Amino acid sequence: MLRYLVPLVLFIVLAGFLWVGLHRDPRLVPSPLIGKPAPEFRLPLLKDPGRFMTTADLKGKVTLFNVWATWCVSCRQEHEVLVELARNAGVRILGLDYKDSRPDALAWLQRLGNPYVAIAFDANGRVGIDWGVYGTPETFVVDRHGIIRYKQIGPITEQVWKDKLQPLIEKLRAES
Amino acid sequence: MRSPRPIVGLLALLALLASLSVQASLDLYRFDNPAQEARFRALTHKLRCLVCQNESLADSDADLAHDLRQEVYEMVRKGQSDQQIIDYLVARYGDFVLYDPPVKPANYPLWFGPFVVLAIAALAAAIAIRRHNRPDRPPLTEEERRRAERLLAGTDNDEGDKS
Repeated sequence: MLRYLVPLVLFIVLAGFLWVGLHRDPRLVPSPLIGKPAPEFRLPLLKDPGRFMTTADLKGKVTLFNVWATWCVSCRQEHEVLVELARNAGVRILGLDYKDSRPDALAWLQRLGNPYVAIAFDANGRVGIDWGVYGTPETFVVDRHGIIRYKQIGPITEQVWKDKLQPLIEKLRAES
Repeated sequence: MRSPRPIVGLLALLALLASLSVQASLDLYRFDNPAQEARFRALTHKLRCLVCQNESLADSDADLAHDLRQEVYEMVRKGQSDQQIIDYLVARYGDFVLYDPPVKPANYPLWFGPFVVLAIAALAAAIAIRRHNRPDRPPLTEEERRRAERLLAGTDNDEGDKS
């Protein structure tokens, strides 16, 4: 009995590990910033280089901090979802335009619409490094105290919004 | 038989080209002294690029790897210690940037898992061997002995020619 049971159990354990492994994306590296205050930064705005966005601007309201660029293919796909969310879900979205060209970015917003309350322009990607950005698009959920609560790596789709972001934002809004 | 020379020539050319490219990537960074350069090279080889995850920062051609190399370079030039530089990157990207992750509870399965599996295997082997060599194994019954003799004599078709 045992001689059949042991290999069977071993097989099931191994198959379990492999099964879980199949559904994990190795490109998703967990961020050490979750639960920590948003990194300090001060960057000129995309639309008005004379004005600045700082870490303080993230506080006060639950915010999506979206890192994007015009050279990023999946940002194009994500953009429509962001426009929709800004219009209908009443969520505040701040942007970080990462290693981009100003004219390209402005033309992109002109053409595709602008879901952002404000966009910081990170020309050399220094602030991106402080946020642990390693691929665009990335989106951080920041609570009203300026604490990073979640990081979405890859585009926000309607599925991602429904399954993860919306419930989380509702929960954060309910927090005092 | 073909002469091996063209292949040797090609290999030599490839080696030459490879050394040129190494030279080129080194030239981007100027150091105050060789010790600094050695530290920079050692660090970038033990840090992992997050974009192409099986390459080190030193080897990767990804845009982010270039930026992070620049970051490491500037920190080395400023005289920051290896630990400071590693802490800087781990704070932003997590233990994942290290090819040599620290021994801490979250990483215990990584460090000790293989030894646990090895110990289990050794235990299983020990039990199996001990059971096999057990002296108090019950003697064969008369029926079993006769069957064994038949098998040894080759007159038994127990195993059957099922071909």
